Amino acid sequence: MSKNIKLISIVLITLFSFFILLKGLDKSNIYSPEIKESNVDFNFKAKYLFSEEEVFINELLNNEGMSLINIWASWCLPCRDEHAYLLNLNSLDKLSIIGINYKDDEKNAKQFLSELGNPYTNIITDPKGINAIEFGAFGVPETYLIDNKSKLIIQKFIGPLDDNAFAKIINIVQ
Amino acid sequence: MMKILFRLLIILLFFQNYSLAETSQEVDKISKNLRCLICQGQSVYDSQSDFALSMKILIQNKIDEGKNDEQIYEYLKAKYGEWIVYDPEINKNTILLWVLPLILFVFGGILILRKVSIK
Repeated sequence: MSKNIKLISIVLITLFSFFILLKGLDKSNIYSPEIKESNVDFNFKAKYLFSEEEVFINELLNNEGMSLINIWASWCLPCRDEHAYLLNLNSLDKLSIIGINYKDDEKNAKQFLSELGNPYTNIITDPKGINAIEFGAFGVPETYLIDNKSKLIIQKFIGPLDDNAFAKIINIVQ
Repeated sequence: MMKILFRLLIILLFFQNYSLAETSQEVDKISKNLRCLICQGQSVYDSQSDFALSMKILIQNKIDEGKNDEQIYEYLKAKYGEWIVYDPEINKNTILLWVLPLILFVFGGILILRKVSIK
């Protein structure tokens, strides 16, 4: 009798662990925090890519529409893939695209833009990767859709933009 | 003359290193308590990823601004969520994590007591 109980409990525990591990396989490894209102304080300074001047991010988000903040670098391959989407989004009137040039060489960054086109309204540099952390970013590429008036992040896209993300952005902006 | 200069140089170097070690120790302490979110099973201290390197610079900046440990943890928690610190708070998602060892401890104690009293 006690032998049976032992066997049953071993089988049950094995099955239990197996299912927990199996469920764990489905879970995405990327952890993304819930977006809270207080998440981003845009009150920090950064240098423009095309001039020596510095600017507060707040000042870039001053018009009525929305802003798309795109973290990119010339050394990042997926950034090349998503560049066509950004060039397309540039035609939307209500949207200004702000580029954050992440840990990049300025010369390479400028060459990247002259090669593929410049979709950005403003570009600021982030040589140490600190500004990206202010947005809660993990790396490049990452894109945030921000409502200028309320200064809230409406949508976060981790990784390169794709057809789905593109459609979503157009949908929200229009 | 040269000897004295040489000694002075060594003393200077020593003090410089000392001050560098002082500040980075504080960064080490904080970064050891932070999870590197893009590398599995590593702390920010252990990792050499872009994310972790930037994080260490940021922590140094915050220390230079005069922020204390607690303020830096709170700042990062607001950006990246609870998950970034290795010290989970007690809430409804983590209650099992905190209570389960206690339950097991009590359960084990009961088992031992019963065994002892049977003898």
